[in-house]
Amino acid sequence: MAEDLRYVVKKVVGEENFIDMSPNRSNNYCCGGGGGFLQAGYPEERRQYGKMKADQILATGAPYCITPCHNCHAQVHDLSDIRGHAWETLHLWTLICLSLGILGENEREYLGEDLKNVAVYGA
Amino acid sequence: MGEPAIKLGGNHKSRFLDKVKEILPEGGNLDLCLTCGACSSGCPATGIGDMDARKFLRMAALGMDEEITKTEWVWHCTMCQRCSYVCPMQINIPQLVFNARGLWPRELRPKGILGSCDMALKNDTCSAMGTNEEDFRFVVEDVLEEYREAQPEFADMQAPVDKQGAHYFLNQNSREPVTEPDEMVPLWKILHIVGADWTYGSKGWAAENYCMFMADNDAWKHIVEVKAKAVDDLGCKVWLNTE
Ligand code: SF4
Ligand code: SF4
Repeated sequence: MAEDLRYVVKKVVGEENFIDMSPNRSNNYCCGGGGGFLQAGYPEERRQYGKMKADQILATGAPYCITPCHNCHAQVHDLSDIRGHAWETLHLWTLICLSLGILGENEREYLGEDLKNVAVYGA
Repeated sequence: MGEPAIKLGGNHKSRFLDKVKEILPEGGNLDLCLTCGACSSGCPATGIGDMDARKFLRMAALGMDEEITKTEWVWHCTMCQRCSYVCPMQINIPQLVFNARGLWPRELRPKGILGSCDMALKNDTCSAMGTNEEDFRFVVEDVLEEYREAQPEFADMQAPVDKQGAHYFLNQNSREPVTEPDEMVPLWKILHIVGADWTYGSKGWAAENYCMFMADNDAWKHIVEVKAKAVDDLGCKVWLNTE
């Protein structure tokens, strides 16, 4: 499953633009949004937990981070925001539609300024 | 290290650890810890509130049930299972944490999780935000209508609710229909382009399950049963959950 997603992401952004974080696969770390943490009312602890993920993301130097589910998206987005919006956080569906040229202007909430106006469908 | 000595709570056998052992295959290997520390050294929750996975397991093994019942750390471990993967003895720490969550009086468990679970129990949509069947159907139809008009290439795009016999039953996180409905559209477009035969259900469409996180087994079971029934009632073959 995870390898299938790697295949999709590489096809969508181009092999040369894909950067795996380290460690990855089964050695990777949870972002800290899971297990109900996001709703548990411990923002400080949740962000302390997420520091490991934030450092991993920053180490890639990538301007975009793709998250697989809504929980991760919310957590990783927050981890970026508290660091002065250090990276953009995307759902995979946004990226797939962007690469297919069918992403409309109202579906770009999470794209950065560099991609906001690229290949806008219907424009 | 100057840490205060840990006092043991008498010499009775750990009832909590034994109880968890009884319900896990192989007893979760909970007795086999070598105290190597591989679990806690690779865990993002290590050190939060001066607790970590190895320490938590030691406390359980030593029968410190009262402390186990009180530590808020059980809500800081995300039960991600990384520790079990790296543990040489494959000890099931996340299950120990899950069951320790269940020791908390229900009303004292974190409000956000509790509220989301209770909300999901209110109606058959299972939405943690309390969205009912009519509201969900309205949002989906309204957004679809708008996009079909504005984007001609998608004039015949579908976003069916309760389509009998569809191949895929799609779940949706409540936050999308409620707070950012436009975010549902890219997924619809992809499904449209690949020609997928899919449907939402007016019942059981919400993807989240906070009752599981809350370790309320009866409520968790209820939520899963309602959702599974919704899939079965529509005769769908595959249940897709985006969470
Ligand atoms: S990795 Fe396993 S054996 Fe090592 S301390 Fe943790 S639970 Fe014990
Ligand atoms: S399951 Fe809990 S203790 Fe184990 S690695 Fe994940 S957060 Fe840490």
